Amino acid sequence: MSPETILRMENIVKTFPGVIANDHINFEVYQGEVHCLLGENGAGKTVLMSILYGLYQPDAGRIYYKGRPITIRSPRDAIRHRIGMVHQHFMLVPTLTVLENLILGQYPFFRILNNLDHVAQKIRAMSEEFGLNVDPYAICGELSVGEQQRVEILKALYHGADLLVLDEPTAVLTPQETSQLLTFLRRLAEKGLTIIFITHKLEEVMMVSDRVTVLRQGKVVATVNTAETNPRELAKMMVGRPVLMELPRTRCAPGEVVLSVRDLHVLDARGLPAVKGVSFDVRANEVVGIAGVSGNGQTELALAIAGLAPVSHGSIHLCGQDVTHLSPRARSQLGMAHIPEDRHGMGVILPFTVAENFILHDYYRPPFAVQQFLQQRAILSYAWELARKFDVRLAHVEESFVHLSGGNQQKAVVARELARRPRFLLVNQPTRGIDVGATEYVLQQILAQRDAGAAVLLISTELEELFAVSDRILVMYEGQIMGEVPPNKELIEDVGLMMAGKSPKSDISSWKPAPRQEIVCEQPIACETIIEDTGDKEKPV
Amino acid sequence: MDTSAMILFVQTILSATWRLATPMIYASIGEVFTERSGVLNIGLEGFMLLGAFAGFAVAYFTGSLALGILGAVLCGLIFGLLFALFTVTIKANQIVVGAAFNLIGRGLTGFLYRAWFVNKAQGVQAFPPIDIPYLNAIPFLGPVLFRHNILVYCTVPLMLIAGFVLYKTAFGLAVRSVGEHPKAADTAGVSVSLIRYAGVLIGTTLTSLGGAYLTLAHTNQFVEGITTGRGFIALAVVVFGRWSPKGAFWSSLLFGLFYALQLRLQAIANITIPYQFLQALPYVMTLLTLILLRGRAISPKALGVPYQKSA
Repeated sequence: MSPETILRMENIVKTFPGVIANDHINFEVYQGEVHCLLGENGAGKTVLMSILYGLYQPDAGRIYYKGRPITIRSPRDAIRHRIGMVHQHFMLVPTLTVLENLILGQYPFFRILNNLDHVAQKIRAMSEEFGLNVDPYAICGELSVGEQQRVEILKALYHGADLLVLDEPTAVLTPQETSQLLTFLRRLAEKGLTIIFITHKLEEVMMVSDRVTVLRQGKVVATVNTAETNPRELAKMMVGRPVLMELPRTRCAPGEVVLSVRDLHVLDARGLPAVKGVSFDVRANEVVGIAGVSGNGQTELALAIAGLAPVSHGSIHLCGQDVTHLSPRARSQLGMAHIPEDRHGMGVILPFTVAENFILHDYYRPPFAVQQFLQQRAILSYAWELARKFDVRLAHVEESFVHLSGGNQQKAVVARELARRPRFLLVNQPTRGIDVGATEYVLQQILAQRDAGAAVLLISTELEELFAVSDRILVMYEGQIMGEVPPNKELIEDVGLMMAGKSPKSDISSWKPAPRQEIVCEQPIACETIIEDTGDKEKPV
Repeated sequence: MDTSAMILFVQTILSATWRLATPMIYASIGEVFTERSGVLNIGLEGFMLLGAFAGFAVAYFTGSLALGILGAVLCGLIFGLLFALFTVTIKANQIVVGAAFNLIGRGLTGFLYRAWFVNKAQGVQAFPPIDIPYLNAIPFLGPVLFRHNILVYCTVPLMLIAGFVLYKTAFGLAVRSVGEHPKAADTAGVSVSLIRYAGVLIGTTLTSLGGAYLTLAHTNQFVEGITTGRGFIALAVVVFGRWSPKGAFWSSLLFGLFYALQLRLQAIANITIPYQFLQALPYVMTLLTLILLRGRAISPKALGVPYQKSA
C-alpha cells in the first residue's frame, strides 16, 4: 500500500527584510505519519509552519491539502481545513478557563454562553480518551507548563484537527514529560492523525518520527525515512559539517569560595515568592550548574544575584563581602560578570552600535570617557580588539547591533563580559536561540574562564549542556534546591525526576562524578586583589 | 443642624449623586470595552464634548430629543471609526491619538458653538424627570432613587447588559481574550482588528451619549468645555472599577458623590473653605484613590499595545 499524501507544500518562498526564511521549499507529509521537521534555529521551520497555519502569507508557492490546492489567509482558514498548531509560546489566554480557551473563536459573536456543561462534558470525554487529564474549569494561567501544553493539544483536537503541528514542544518539558509526550503523539498517529513535529533535538527525531525533513538556511536538505538514518548523519545534514560537540572532560581543583548565597528569598514580578530559601556556594575554578524546568525560580535567582531584583530575605556574598543590597554597577566593579538570559531585553541595547554595546559597563570612566566626553578613538580601538579576540564577525564595530546574527550577538555579549576577567561569572541560558557552532564556542569560553580561575554559575534548561560543562549540578524546583548531582550521564533521568519535584531513583550520594582529566588550572583570581573604591551607593531597583 | 435638616442634607446629596455620576457611568462602561479589547482611549474628554455638542445641536435644530440622542450616537460612531483607524489599523501611538481627540473635541465644539449659537441664548427642552409612581413617595429613598430622567435610569440596565455581554457572550469572551493575549485570539481564529474596532466604537458611542446627557438632560444648554474633566475622571473610574462594568458603575457613583458633596458644601453659607478647594475635591479624590490602588489593579495585559501579526 503506497502512503497517501495529505499535505504538499510546493516551492514556498518567504522573505523578510534581509533574510530568505524559506527558499523554494518543497515539503510533503503522508496521512497518519509523524513527520519531523529538523533544523537549527533560524533554519525556517517555524516560518514554514506559520505559513501553513495562516500566520504568514508566502511570497510564492502553493499548498495542496487532501488533494486540493488551498489558500490559507488566517488561522481561521487553517482551523476550517482542520489544521491545528501547538505553538512554542503557548496561545492560551492565562486569565480564562480551559473551557473558555477552547471555545474561543468557535461560536458566532451573538451566541450566549450559558449552559456550557455539555462542552465541559465533551472536554472531559476527550481528555479521558487521550489520557490528557485536563480539568475544563481550571484557569489556564494557574496550570503548570506541562498541563498548559496538554490544553494546547486538546484545543487543537477540540477544533477538529486532522493534521497537528507541534513547534518545539519539548523545550519546556522535563525528560519524563518529554517521553510521555512522544508516546502520546505515537498513539495519536495510530488513531489516524497526521503529526508534524518541529525540533532541533536528534534523539527526539529518532524516537518519534516515521520520516524527517531537514532544513538548513531556509532550504530543504533532504527528506529521509527515520529508520534508514542515524543521528550522526542527521546532525551533519542539519549543520552542514561534521559536528564535534565534544568538550574536553577536565576538572580543576576548586579554590576558595567566591559566591556564597544563604537562605535567599526573592519575589517575582507579580510579588509572589519565586525563590524560597536557596543556599549554595560557588568556588573558584569550578562551574556550578543549575538545572530546572523554566519558571521554577531560576530567572529570579539570576536577577537577584545580578542585583536586578530586590532580595526579600537572605544574603549574597561575593568574595566575603555582603553584596545583597549593592547596585549592579557596584557588583560588576567587585568582579561579577553577567551573561543574561534575555539577550535583547537585558544584554544589549539593540539600536546601539556594537562598540557602544561593548562599553556599556565602563562608558563613564577612562579610557572611554574623560571629563564626561566620550573618547571615540579609545572606544573604537577597544571594540576592534574585542571583536578580533572573541571572533565576533562583523563588518564594522560601528554597525548597529541589530545587524549581527543571533550567534554573533551572543558572542559579543560573551566578549564584553569575559573581557573584564571576572572572578565570578553568572551565565543564564547562554545557548538559547543560537546555532551549534556558536553554542560550542560559548561553552568553550565558559570552561576557559573556569580554567583561568573564575567561579561560574551556569543556569540552563538544557541538560546536555549542563552535564557537559558543570562540575556539579544543583536541581531547582519551585524555588527550592532539590539536591546536588554530579555530572554523570547515567544520572540524567534522576535529574529529570528532581526537576519535576520527585525523588531521584538512584542514591545520588553514592555516585561519584565520572572520571575526568585533572588539569592544572591558573591560580584563581584572588579575592584579596585590591577592590576599587566604587563610591557608588545606588540601590538595586 | 438638627436631625431633620441633616437627613435632608444627605438626601439632597445622594439624589444628586446618581445624576452627577451618569455621564461617567456611560463613558466608563464604554471605556471598559475599549480597554478590555486592548486599546487605551485617553480621548474620552474629547469624545464626551463632541457628543454633548452633537446631541445639543441636533436637538436644537430638529426640536427632537430622540434625534439629538441619535445625533450623539452617530457622532460617537464616526469619530470612533477615525480613532480606531488610527490606533488599530495604522497602529499609531494610542496616547498621542487620544490626546489629539481631546484637542479636536475642545476645538471643534468651541468653534461650531461660536459659529452657530453665539447669539442664541435659549436652550432645548431637556429630558424631564420621570417620577416612578408610588415608589417616589417613599421617604428618603423616593427622591434619591425614583425622581430622575430616563437617561439616569438607563444606566442600570446598561450596567447589567454590559456585564452580560462581556462575561456571558462569545463576543465578550473574544473582547477579553484580545485585550489579554491577542495572538492567542488570533490563532484561535478571532479577528483582533474587528474586535478592537468594536471595542473602540462601543466606548466612543457610550462616551458620546454620556456627553449628550450633559446638554440634553443635566442642563439644557451647551457651554464650551461643559464636561470639565469628566472624561478624564471616567478613565480613572475604569481603573478603580477594575475593568468591569459593575465596578465602573459603582466607582462612577463614588465620584458622583464627590461632585455632589462639593456642590452642596459650596451652598452652605457658613463654611469658610474657599470654593475653589471644594471644586477640586473630585479631582483630588481621583488622584488619591489611584494612589491607594497602586499596584493592586491588574490591567489587561495587551492594553495600549498595537497588535502586529508577524511579531
